[in-house]
This record gives sequence, C-alpha cells and structure tokens, in this order.
Amino acid sequence: MSGVAAFFAMGGYAAFVWPSYGLSALGIGAATFVTLNSYRRTRAALTLLEGLKDAKK
Amino acid sequence: MNIFELANPKRFLALSEKLLPWFWAAAVLTLASGLYLTFFGVPPDYQQGTTVKIMFIHVPAALVGEMAYGVMGVASLLGLVNRHPLADVAAKSAAPLGALFTALALITGSLWGKPMWGTYWVWDARLTSFLILFFLYLGYMALWNAIEDETRAARAAAILALVGVVDLPIIYFSVQWWNTLHQGESIFTGKIAPVFLWPLMLMMAGYVFLFGALWMVRIRTEILARRARALQLQGGGL
Repeated sequence: MSGVAAFFAMGGYAAFVWPSYGLSALGIGAATFVTLNSYRRTRAALTLLEGLKDAKK
Repeated sequence: MNIFELANPKRFLALSEKLLPWFWAAAVLTLASGLYLTFFGVPPDYQQGTTVKIMFIHVPAALVGEMAYGVMGVASLLGLVNRHPLADVAAKSAAPLGALFTALALITGSLWGKPMWGTYWVWDARLTSFLILFFLYLGYMALWNAIEDETRAARAAAILALVGVVDLPIIYFSVQWWNTLHQGESIFTGKIAPVFLWPLMLMMAGYVFLFGALWMVRIRTEILARRARALQLQGGGL
C-alpha cells in the first residue's frame, strides 16, 4: 500500500477515525459559522436602529 | 480589574474586542500544530493501534464540555447572587457551545469504543454521567426558551444549572468509584507517554481557545441584541 493509501486506511480503523474527525470538524465549523453570522446580523440590525433613532432627533 | 468591573457590558465589549484576535490566532496555531503532530508525529498505540488518534479530539471535546458547564455554573451563581444581567448572558451563551462539545465527546467516544471495547455504548458510570451532562445542557436551554420574562427565565435556568453542577465531580471520579470500561485518568497521574501528551495538550489548548472565542462572540451578540430590543421598545416598535 502506498504512503497516501496507508494514511487514509488508518491501520484498518478508517471507518472510526475519519468519521470522528469529520463530525467534529462539521460540528465545530457549523457552530463557528452560526455564531459569527448571528453576530454580524445583530450588529447590522443595531446599527440600523441607532441610525433611525438619530434620524428622529 | 476585578470580575465585577468586567461585568459592565461596555467594558466587556471593549475588552473582548481586544482579546478576540488573540484567541482566534491561538486557536488556529494550536489546532494546526496539534493536528499535524497527531497525524504525522504520533505512532500507533501498542494496544489501541491507530484508533488512538481519536483521543486527540475526544479528550479535548470532553474537557470543554465539562469546562463550559463549570463556567455556566459560576456565571449562574453570580447572576443569582449579584443579580448582574451580564452574568446571565454569559451563562446563557455558554450553554449551546457546551452542548455541542459534550455531543462531540459522546460521538467520538462511541466511535472509539466500537473498535476497542466491541460496543458503541455501555451504561456505565462515566458514559451515563456524561450523557446526563448533555441532557442538563438541553434542559437548561429549554428552560430559557420556555419562560418569556427574561429575568425569571435567567433565575430558573441558573437554579437548574447549579443543581446540575453536582454531575461534574461525578463524571470526574466515576472512573475511580465504579467499575468501567472507560480508562482511568492518565494526564495528571503521568501515565500517558510524552509522545501522546504534547499533541493532546496542543489540541486541548486549541479547543479551549476556540470555546473562549466563540463564547465571547456569543456574549457580544446577546449584548447587542438586548440593546437593539431596548431601542425598539423606545421607538414604539419601529
């Protein structure tokens, strides 16, 4: 088995090692995306509201 | 600066803005070097073979899963005793992250258990007490959502969080108190070989920095959202 194939075979435990890493990456990636996205949207909404308040003055 | 000065939302926003780039950078650096060592530096374990690679994401996820509950408990106590709204925000913001990391620890643990123990799951003390931790997070979040009044929701959720804190020492000592398939503590007892210890430390640091960064962003989001809601109320529902 070549070096790359051996790497992906994970000593015969590929079916356990890769899903562990895949699911962890997916979960952490999704949480990071959702967290940053909701921060950006909230900040944009607040900026808009503050602008409206200033406009009323 | 003491913790009560930090509890001022304005100060928190200013401080976290300065800290966040460092937390993100530290998380990326430690995770990148930790993953590199995990995949290219660590030999297969003499008993567990290549499945030992799962340890480097299982243990950090479990650590952060418990740590998040710890900070949630402390913040809940401060919220209850000092009635400081930022403490409630901090507790609330930690919960979904804690639930995520706890779930990841359970999933990676079961994927490690199948090849090594012959089963994905066993109802022993360590696994069961950790599953309870996951349910505590879910219950905590459900309680926040169930009560409309924010102050009352915060108080009820804080009480639940504090009651649940009892699960933390049970998780930690479960491998000593009861018979279990789960291995014992090997970091503080020095049983783990250095070649495994260093990548594990890097991965644990990476997970902790990542949690810290995400937690701060979530607290900031909640502070801004509350400001926006207050403005909306003032403006008679724009």
